[in-house]
Amino acid sequence: MDFVADFVGIVFGGLAAGTVLFIVSVGLSVTMGLMGFVNLAHGAFAMFGGYVIVLGMNRAHLGFAWALALGFVATAALSVVLERALYRRLYRAGELDQVLFTIGLVLIFIAGTILVIGPESQTLQLPVELGGQINLGFMHYRTYSIFLIVVGFVIALGIWLAFERTRIGAQIRATVDNRRMAESLGINVDRLFTITFAFGSGMAAIGGGLGAEFLGLNPQYPLIYLVYFLIVVSAGGLGSVLGVYCASLLLGLLDFVLKLYLPQGGTIFIYALTILLLLWRPQGLFGRKET
Amino acid sequence: MSAVAPVAPPTDATSRIDHPAARALMRRHRIRWWEPLPWLAAGASYFAFPEYLGFGTELLIVILFALSLDLALGYAGIVTLGHAAFFGGGAYAVGMLAFYGVWTEPITGLVLAAAAAGVIGLLSGLVLLRTSGLTLLMLTICTMALLEQAANMGRTYTGGFDGLPGLPIAPVFGVFEFNPLYSTTQFLYTLGVLFVCFVFVRTLIYSPFGQSLTGIRENLLRMHAIGSPVRRRLVICYTISAAIAGVAGGLWAQTNAFVNLSALDLDRAATVLIVLILGGYGRLYGAFIGAVVYLTLEHFLAQIYPTAWQLGLGILLVLIALFARNGILGLGEALWRRYGAEGSTP
Repeated sequence: MDFVADFVGIVFGGLAAGTVLFIVSVGLSVTMGLMGFVNLAHGAFAMFGGYVIVLGMNRAHLGFAWALALGFVATAALSVVLERALYRRLYRAGELDQVLFTIGLVLIFIAGTILVIGPESQTLQLPVELGGQINLGFMHYRTYSIFLIVVGFVIALGIWLAFERTRIGAQIRATVDNRRMAESLGINVDRLFTITFAFGSGMAAIGGGLGAEFLGLNPQYPLIYLVYFLIVVSAGGLGSVLGVYCASLLLGLLDFVLKLYLPQGGTIFIYALTILLLLWRPQGLFGRKET
Repeated sequence: MSAVAPVAPPTDATSRIDHPAARALMRRHRIRWWEPLPWLAAGASYFAFPEYLGFGTELLIVILFALSLDLALGYAGIVTLGHAAFFGGGAYAVGMLAFYGVWTEPITGLVLAAAAAGVIGLLSGLVLLRTSGLTLLMLTICTMALLEQAANMGRTYTGGFDGLPGLPIAPVFGVFEFNPLYSTTQFLYTLGVLFVCFVFVRTLIYSPFGQSLTGIRENLLRMHAIGSPVRRRLVICYTISAAIAGVAGGLWAQTNAFVNLSALDLDRAATVLIVLILGGYGRLYGAFIGAVVYLTLEHFLAQIYPTAWQLGLGILLVLIALFARNGILGLGEALWRRYGAEGSTP
């Protein structure tokens, strides 16, 4: 019985961490799939949103849901401004310039956060109803982890349905597949990208806030988790929601297990697996082969 | 028959060479008047700033590392964020051999560092260079992270997180000892190694091999079409670049007398990328300008105002990506073309 409880505990812990990764990375996957833009600054939006959410709760005493909504809106608005003013100029530039530009943005976000808020970590005060343990029938487990897993599943299902069943979802899929053809058919790709960019950044903000408990929240956040976000996106396949969901959960689980049993250098297996996966399928698990 | 364009009458050899374009092509690998200047400046700074020789040594190592990246990224167009894998490979090769007393002679130590890093470059290049774009970028990062975690894991041999301190390095030529307080030997030794590597890279760039690399960067499809062995050339270039990065890492380990995980981390790979692009990639001297500007600013600003330095660097990178894609040297060239060349004949 103890063994079962341990096992289930590890699985839930890993899934919860993976869910956070998914919520942060899903926007990155879609925007990279759409525009082929190597956006290393995606984590900076997650951090910005996380700060808005956590500070909104701690200093302005907003409710959890209101803080999340505020974080989403504020980050989406900021990302629209940046996209219109700066990102747009680099769509046709090479990867190298995009890498350089987004590293620069990350540094600006980090330094700005240190200057305005301070270098210390921020802690999320969970609302009372999410802070305790929940009875799962055969064992007790942290309510917040279960809450995260459920929320993540609902979000994944929602985005997947939006992709498959709505007009804008169809437009996004068409543009990921063949941008020029989509433009010829009259799809306003620029506007489409602004919308998805804003939505993706807003989701990253939610992920930053929800995950502040698991991943921590300090000014170095965008750099610490940069590689993980990129692994999830490239392993899942650009522009594939299902792929990002699977890759995130898998990575979350692996990371959780390895840090528990092999704290020194255990993450080596994650990198080895990623390399093997990308050599086997350069387009990612669920990505489509480039034509 | 009328569809065939008339063939121009064959011109004799001398008139073809007299053409301005032909002359430019023939002279492009000549040594220009300003090319000795960096070396004279380095030599002069040895006498002018004796108290900054430690910093100067660090600067020379970064130049060498950026030069190696320039070969892969600037000339062959391989976009990599994992070049520290080779720097660290060389550093750990020198470090582990010296720490366990197997090999402490510095110059042959560098050869071993180059060999170790070259092997890593060859093996990873053979598999990695089949991909491109984001996948390639990710694979280079993952390879580097893999090595970093391997070094972290094998703490019995590599010292793990703490690294290997106090490496015993034999004197250069058996005479000149590395003194940790006065970096005179370190500086001159590093300068010498940098010069040898630079001459090698310069020769390589202007050779037919180097030209074909530029061709691959500029138009991959066309190089395939004319029958150039593209992948083999890329792998060879990647291996050479890795070996030189390994020399830089070996120098770093020898002159600091320690190695640790920082030789292999993303921070180092990102910094060298920034240095190279700041100076201007694909132009040989970009590594020099970029390293001097970056490290001087970092050395004097970062210790006093670390956050302001980070903010300033971020803004600088954004501005370069938006407005000055060819770095400081590219900017200089553009200004020279606009204002400096007005007096000369068109």
